[in-house]
Amino acid sequence: MSVALPHMPRGARRRAMGVLALLVGVGVAVALALLALRENINLFYSPSEVAAGEAPTGRVVRVGGLVQAGSVRRAEEGLDVEFVLTDGAATVTVRYRGILPDLFREGQGIVAQGRLGPEGVLVADQVLAKHDENYMPPEVADALREAHERSVRGAAPGGAP
Amino acid sequence: MTAELGHLALALALALAALQAVLGLGGGARGDAAWIAGALGAARGQALLTVIAFAALTWAAVRSDFTLLYLAQNSNSQLPLLYKITGVWGAHEGSLLLWGMVLALWGAAVAIQGRRALPAAFLARLVGVLGLVGTGFLAFLLLTSNPFERLWPPPPEGRDLNPLLQDPGLAAHPPLLYMGYVGLAVPFAFAVAALLEGRMEAAWLRWARPWAAVAWVFLTLGIAIGSWWAYYELGWGGWWFWDPVENASLMPWLVATALIHSLAVSEKRGAFKGWTVLLAVLAFALSLLGTFLVRSGVLTSVHAFASDPTRGVFILVLLLAVVGGSLLLYALRGERLGVSDVRFAPVSREGALLANNALLLAAAGAVLIGTLYPLVLEALGGAKISVGPPYFNAVFLPLVAPLVALTAVAGVLRWKRDAVGRLARLLWPAGLAALGAGAAAVPAARAHLAAAAGVALAAWLAGGIAVALWQRARHQGLRGLARMGRAEAGMHLAHLGLAVTVVGVSLAGPLELARDVRMGAGDAVRLGGYLFRLEGFTRVQGPNYEGVRARFRVLDGDGRMVARLFPEKRRYGSRTDMPMTEAGIEAGAFRDLYVSLGEPIGKTGDWAVRVHVKPFVRWVWGGALLMALGGLWAASDRRYRMGVRLRRAAVAVEEPA
Repeated sequence: MSVALPHMPRGARRRAMGVLALLVGVGVAVALALLALRENINLFYSPSEVAAGEAPTGRVVRVGGLVQAGSVRRAEEGLDVEFVLTDGAATVTVRYRGILPDLFREGQGIVAQGRLGPEGVLVADQVLAKHDENYMPPEVADALREAHERSVRGAAPGGAP
Repeated sequence: MTAELGHLALALALALAALQAVLGLGGGARGDAAWIAGALGAARGQALLTVIAFAALTWAAVRSDFTLLYLAQNSNSQLPLLYKITGVWGAHEGSLLLWGMVLALWGAAVAIQGRRALPAAFLARLVGVLGLVGTGFLAFLLLTSNPFERLWPPPPEGRDLNPLLQDPGLAAHPPLLYMGYVGLAVPFAFAVAALLEGRMEAAWLRWARPWAAVAWVFLTLGIAIGSWWAYYELGWGGWWFWDPVENASLMPWLVATALIHSLAVSEKRGAFKGWTVLLAVLAFALSLLGTFLVRSGVLTSVHAFASDPTRGVFILVLLLAVVGGSLLLYALRGERLGVSDVRFAPVSREGALLANNALLLAAAGAVLIGTLYPLVLEALGGAKISVGPPYFNAVFLPLVAPLVALTAVAGVLRWKRDAVGRLARLLWPAGLAALGAGAAAVPAARAHLAAAAGVALAAWLAGGIAVALWQRARHQGLRGLARMGRAEAGMHLAHLGLAVTVVGVSLAGPLELARDVRMGAGDAVRLGGYLFRLEGFTRVQGPNYEGVRARFRVLDGDGRMVARLFPEKRRYGSRTDMPMTEAGIEAGAFRDLYVSLGEPIGKTGDWAVRVHVKPFVRWVWGGALLMALGGLWAASDRRYRMGVRLRRAAVAVEEPA
């Protein structure tokens, strides 16, 4: 292209330079974006995947599931709270300090974001519930369905449950 | 009966929209006056019919007619009248009906107003394209999301409107946002009509500018009110979360901002025409994408409401048709718009506006990547991920900062060619202002140098505007300032709004103080020089809710009372399992005091309480308001209507007596 440039008419050359500048700009922007993405994405895991040891410890992850009935415990002092997330097949204990969202309650599908500690406890810095009581975060719905399918598949060879 | 009337009106509106498309596009191609008149008439009829349909649904909501499935799910006889009405657009079907009605109203407005300004054949094509969009949308509404579906037997009581939406902010937010989204259909139709016509004249571009500006104004207001609503209603004190639903409205806004600037160059200098067409297509496509993202439920969002994926597919097909069709048309006909031989140097107003467009598009692209990346990755069978605010801050802010800096320069730049030396001689006071403001902000911003840099940037922009005004006053005297056209004055006002928003964004986040504490009656907590004392609780009884109200007294460092705050936790009658937080806020020009109740904890009557001191948070929305005012002022410029009179005069001359 650099060879062709001197022979091109002025207008075409200017246009070619413009297009080239645009491409370089877009390329740089996309590269920056992808670099930033690599460092700032949060992977989602279901409680079954956490139990199977698939989730990394020490980096920010998201875990979603239903809040197990009777599992929510508030500390006597302060704002520490502990609860258990389940997808029907496995559970993860979540620790959090702070105010839970309005729609947080037992039996509700929620997503907790934080780091997994060594004993498999998720120390959350964010707990997300939704605006609408009928709404289930898509990841949580998928996690529940997969856990259910696994249990059905697991039960099938052994005959009737 | 009302519902059947509404349903019928909607079906007829669909038929008229299709007719409008056929007559408009056909009439434009054949130059047939009868067809063209028919298309313009159909546009008005379609608007009337959608208004009837919308009125029918509203009337049914006011009368609490729960034989309608939509109302049975989203309304309640105990709702205050205001929320019975605003509840009409509180959920999927009703909000899409609003979308359809707004589209038809824009179409009718174009059909009426355009007759005085545009050649008949071009206007017919424009209205025809709007009819095509309307056909797709009304078909979507009737086939997948009919708001008039009956439910038999009717339930004795409706399930109620989501309590989060029982708020004056929600009364305004969706209609404004939709006016903006749908308003971008006009520049889109304009671009497609120009491609069909094979040319794009300066007079037409002059006609299109205020339409694009007004759509942009609505979008700006809709986003700002949505952010404000999230701030006071969600109870977290945040005003922007980089959430997919928010991004869905930000992307069309960014592209629409690029569009109004590119339109200016196309009209004034005849350059960037093909680019303007592409931006118009892209802005409307992103509006549709926004509707798709919000309404399909494919993304995890803090604002997501129950939604239905099958409907998303329909919008996606509509989106592909719009984008694919118009890009194909651009590939086939784009050349005819004429490759401009307009020359300009890199240092010129054209050059600055080109950079403005590149930066805005890159910013929109960065937001798009972050928003869609989780979707794409999951569709490819990859991991399930979410992209958090750190990504958006890391990518978006470095793109926007040079944009703001450039805005100050563009205000004084000359068209065609300018000299760096001249700019430096003009803008040094703005540079001084930036340095001064930045240095002044350093102690207040403490460790946050980025916040101080933001303030410096805002001061640079404000200084640049002052220099531009001073230049005008110096050359033409104060009378020149007073005579400044509305387009120019509006531009400066909108840019000033940008500076104000930049101050808000720079300071509200980094300087925010927040604490989650456990408090009982009589407890106090100290935050940022203020003492928040919880005096006690009272029960409250609203029209359709009951709740607990906490009484807070806020004292400053000298023990003087500065505010009394009354945050509430409400439970709405029909949805007692969905508690609502009403934050107690003392708004101020330089700081907000904000208290929200979490939940009761323990047996001693303690509550989890979140206390905030938020400096400069009002500036975020105040700036947006200034931008919107500037946009409106610019759109009302006489120049945009002058072409009309000139053309009429020309026609009068041409026509034999």
